[in-house]
Amino acid sequence: MSLTIVKAGIFDTVQDLGRPGYGNWGINPGGVMDRYAAQLSNILVGNDPGEVVIEMHYPGPQILFDQNALLSITGADFTPVINDQPVSLWQPILVRKNTLLQFTQWKQGARCYLAIHGGLTIKKWLDSYSTNMKAGMGGWMGRRLEKGDEINFGQSSIYYAGLLKKERDLQPLGWKAAYAKVYDQPNEILFMPGPEWDQLHNISKNDIEHEAFSIHSLSDRMGYFLKGIPITSTVKSEMLSAGVSFGTIQLLPNGQLVILMADHQTTGGYPRLGNIVSAHLPKLAQLRPGDEVKFTRTDISTAEKLLYSHQQELNIIQRACRCNLNRLIC
Amino acid sequence: MQQWFSTRNFTEIKDLIIAYSSLTIIYDPWLVLKQNPAAGSAFEWIRAKIEQSFADPYVVDDREGSFYRIPVCYNSEFGVDLEAVSEFTKRSVTEIIGIHQSKIYRVYMLGFLPGFAYLGKLDASLYMPRKEIPVGVTAGSVGIASNQTGIYPLTSPGGWQIIGRTPVNLFDATVSPPAKFQTGDHIQFYQITKEEFERT
Repeated sequence: MSLTIVKAGIFDTVQDLGRPGYGNWGINPGGVMDRYAAQLSNILVGNDPGEVVIEMHYPGPQILFDQNALLSITGADFTPVINDQPVSLWQPILVRKNTLLQFTQWKQGARCYLAIHGGLTIKKWLDSYSTNMKAGMGGWMGRRLEKGDEINFGQSSIYYAGLLKKERDLQPLGWKAAYAKVYDQPNEILFMPGPEWDQLHNISKNDIEHEAFSIHSLSDRMGYFLKGIPITSTVKSEMLSAGVSFGTIQLLPNGQLVILMADHQTTGGYPRLGNIVSAHLPKLAQLRPGDEVKFTRTDISTAEKLLYSHQQELNIIQRACRCNLNRLIC
Repeated sequence: MQQWFSTRNFTEIKDLIIAYSSLTIIYDPWLVLKQNPAAGSAFEWIRAKIEQSFADPYVVDDREGSFYRIPVCYNSEFGVDLEAVSEFTKRSVTEIIGIHQSKIYRVYMLGFLPGFAYLGKLDASLYMPRKEIPVGVTAGSVGIASNQTGIYPLTSPGGWQIIGRTPVNLFDATVSPPAKFQTGDHIQFYQITKEEFERT
């Protein structure tokens, strides 16, 4: 059972929730940029939330399904079309073999996720399916997807042919996930001060909390470079390298900021001014070069509550999807 | 402290990143609360564990680590920044090579790239800051930056001043552990010719 990349997108990779735990070897955890959309994508098709997905940017790929499949697309809206029929995001869809998925128009967001029931048949590297481009390992042969790639996917317990109506190539299943809350107020980003926050001049602390910053065109999965009012520190000497994570805000020597994203390195030598709260990383991951970021400082209690509410949403949707899928199979 | 945490195998803790004078603990707040419902706040649970690790009379296994002698070809073809370093430090290339080889360096931490070991301390006479703008660096390149030296295990953009190249493979993803060096190891460099480099 497989899918074929008929035309490669600008940057599509196989990812999951990453491989934390190998910092000792300098191996960064990687993983999807938008963890909420990726997990929901899996949940909608009855997979474990951490199952492997394909992360796509715009322009997206053209993918031919060589076999029947149950899939879902979440995250950014690139106007997915299956055999010329537009389909919805955030919904499980049954497709017949020999159908083509493509993305015809950018509407919103930066990256979208494709999950297939049963997952992709790929070997793990260091406990994860995520692609590590630097090491050339993990994911699909350690690289982005290219034309002609044929990726197998798992056998399914769902009898598709019985559910697909005779004259139809695709059949959306009757439920959609609610997701809007997570991406609400897309430019308002909460952060907590970091270890070097207090080295900043007071005026710079004020600027970070009141000025808008825009995302530079050179931003990518490793980091979002920001353009904005120069930020200054009272400390002039170079810092010893120290641990960083997804969402760490660093101060560069030229006074500009960078937010480390999914492919961040494990350590960094620039002052760590703060960390984006985990619950806001999904909506940050959907911002693109040219978009604005407005930072608001918050506290640990707010950050934890937000994260738990998202996790609870995922759990509720997962239970509902399981119920619905089981009813279909029976 | 890293040993205190890693020997206890907390499933709530996803990674422990050791650096020169810090330890970063990456944890899953949802998992902390799920497995410790009485905790109230995941952060407070971690803070309590950190405080416990300080209080515990735990004896650190101060392993000496392994000692490696690493061959380096310090010619102008591989050491693309040798001239620039010579000009900045006011030392001849021969002196630079001699000073670089004279010390035994400690591996303080890994980071930046898979298998990239931060070695110190570099002799103060070779002090030179990083490049302002990173350039492409070939795998095996030996670099210096401020009071550190190191080897790029993979071809990558980099900002360190490159003074030579080693034929030794520092990162092999097909074996375990894939990184040759670990924190606590000791390294000394020795010079080889280009012919010897090519023979390896």
